[in-house]
Amino acid sequence: MNLKPETLRRIDEVIPHYPVKRSAVLPLLHLIQEDVGYIPPEATEWVAQKLELQPINVYEVVTFYPMFRQKPIGRRHIRVCRTLSCALMGGYKACETFEKEFDTHRGEVSPDGEVTIEFVECLASCGTAPVVMIDDALHEKVDPAKAKELSAQIKQQAGQRR
Amino acid sequence: MIAAPKPDLVTVNIDGREIAVPKGTNVIEAARLAGVDVPYYCYHPKLTVVGNCRMCLIEMGMPAVDPATKAPIMDPATGKQKINWIPRPQIGCATNAAPGLHIRTNTPQIKDCREGVMEFLLINHPLDCPICDQAGECKLQEQATGYGRGYSRFIEQKNVKPKRTQLGPRVTLDDERCILCSRCIRFCKEIVRDDVLGFIDRGSYSTLTCHPGRMLTNNYSLNTVDICPVGALTSTDFRFKMRVWFLKQTNSIDTESSVGANTVVWSREGIIYRITPRRNDMVNDTWVSDSARELYKPVRAADRLTAIKIGNVDSTLDAAVKAAADLLRANAGAIAVVGSGRSSVEEQFLTRKLAEVVKASIHFVSRVAAGDGILISSDRNPNTRGALVTGLISRFEHAGSAGVRPASAEKAGKMPALPGGVVTGALSELAARIDAGTIKAVVSINEDLVAADLTPAQLAKVAVIHVGTHANATSAAAKVVIPTTTVFEKNGTFVNQQFRIQKFYKAVPGPAGAVDDLIALERLGTALGAAAAATEVNALWTTLAAEVPALRTMTFANIPDTGLLLDATPWTGLHFIEGETLHYKPAAAAAAKA
Repeated sequence: MNLKPETLRRIDEVIPHYPVKRSAVLPLLHLIQEDVGYIPPEATEWVAQKLELQPINVYEVVTFYPMFRQKPIGRRHIRVCRTLSCALMGGYKACETFEKEFDTHRGEVSPDGEVTIEFVECLASCGTAPVVMIDDALHEKVDPAKAKELSAQIKQQAGQRR
Repeated sequence: MIAAPKPDLVTVNIDGREIAVPKGTNVIEAARLAGVDVPYYCYHPKLTVVGNCRMCLIEMGMPAVDPATKAPIMDPATGKQKINWIPRPQIGCATNAAPGLHIRTNTPQIKDCREGVMEFLLINHPLDCPICDQAGECKLQEQATGYGRGYSRFIEQKNVKPKRTQLGPRVTLDDERCILCSRCIRFCKEIVRDDVLGFIDRGSYSTLTCHPGRMLTNNYSLNTVDICPVGALTSTDFRFKMRVWFLKQTNSIDTESSVGANTVVWSREGIIYRITPRRNDMVNDTWVSDSARELYKPVRAADRLTAIKIGNVDSTLDAAVKAAADLLRANAGAIAVVGSGRSSVEEQFLTRKLAEVVKASIHFVSRVAAGDGILISSDRNPNTRGALVTGLISRFEHAGSAGVRPASAEKAGKMPALPGGVVTGALSELAARIDAGTIKAVVSINEDLVAADLTPAQLAKVAVIHVGTHANATSAAAKVVIPTTTVFEKNGTFVNQQFRIQKFYKAVPGPAGAVDDLIALERLGTALGAAAAATEVNALWTTLAAEVPALRTMTFANIPDTGLLLDATPWTGLHFIEGETLHYKPAAAAAAKA
């Protein structure tokens, strides 16, 4: 597991913020997921060693939170809201459109490695439902047409990268 | 009339009964003292309190006082102080006794609470009691009967979880049966300091497991099976072997070291099926090592001695005793007796009598290995102190004592899988005398002289009489062999490292051909002119009490099940090898601290 120097610096910075080292488990895991994209098994042991814990203590935390990923995801993360307002306004349709566009299923990495599509709970923008978050950007009123448009954008950016 | 409570006692009221309990006692223990049953799963007297099972809910109240004046508020109806009951139930395990505390465990609210908790615990429990090993000693089963509603309202599908995880070499886990009490996790963390267990996927699918790549390998892993209130953790060895209600329980003592952990031997029709710990708050609490639970296996081993032999020919006890006596008389003045720290106090006493009558030199085999700081000490003889008490020996040397250091508590995660590397020996003096030709005959009491540093060449120079349980190089070389019984096949006592004398009882009969050790030793002694002694433990103790100063005024029957501390002052000058273990501090360390 190779963490960026910046991540390591932030990890060392965050630990003394807490009265006991154990409390820093969550922020450390967040920093690692931000850096690596997921929590690899060796990260659990690395964090345990860093915070003078046993690996099982960290593993318990990793498995409790569904938003800690234990497997890598695609380059872009598409999060479709499925809480009540979005579900009523067509969140499922948006999700299916994304799935069709990238030829994948939710929770999986698309065959080209470009995206992972997931349902998430409320993104706190019920007034503009259905909403979708792509990486850190919120997209509102995502009907199937807009979903196609967003997909095209992602594909285009992917093409440019190649 | 009720006596005034002692200063450290507080009076609490449980279901209307006043009882004085030590301050800080939790409600479960206080209720136990009052004879009231408060059901629980996650609470364990030797572990920290977490309060996660919610089974021990009770109603709690305190005497009312006026907030301003602190004057007691009286209830005019009864003329007593009014009790302010907390409207919601509290957990008993985390509620400590305070003066005037009032507890109710028999109200409709508490009955409802218990039924509710039971109902939720049983929702995902497989109810496979007919094939479950825990049946018969299962808290969930007992309390479902005692406090459950009796029928299920659950019509949905039960959760599916891993059914037979191998947590370690000796423990099998059925996650569906687990009620998530976390006793095993706390045991590993707090007692063994080997924190490998934990709950993952917390929520509806909470699963007990080890960290991936780690195993529950420590030498205390089977205690998790004992404290598991349900059938989730089972012993891989005992699993599916026998129903517990068919087994007879016999109190015994762990013989693997001088700690003398108290055990229960479970047997049926002369066969031992398992060994479990027996609570003794002064010695082993409620724990015992995994290695101690394996000790019954050699009882039915193929190398058990079952035939009395003279020069490798089957014989009778009378003939063997006569042959041995003739051998010893022929070598009078050149006899050595090798006593054993694995013999009981009674046997060591008769060994001493035998050695005295033939004027033999007495030698003692030491067993030394690193202790684990919990329940295995570095002196691997269970009864070294007994040999001192009975006067068999007055001093001792340890094999390789320079090289082996008493081990301190192991570091977390570094528990040895099983103890090993026992160094036996300390017969150098005997070896020198054999080489010098001043010893011509050796009586070995259940010791393998070759394993204890004598060379086969030295052994060949002397006539050996072997009294022991298992075949070894010494029994093979012996002129006379008298097979005897193991600790599970006789009554007796051991003196542990605290100078606590503890009883063990006969769990199973010895194999055909084996002679009781006391009979063998007594017959040998009388054949050589010693005064006749009793060969039954209770009767022999009248002689013991009369002749052994430390055991004066005692009888075998009067020794409590948790043992009796002897006065150790005659031996304070000796250097004992043990390091610190549970409930034991070496004298030097204790003195340094004081």
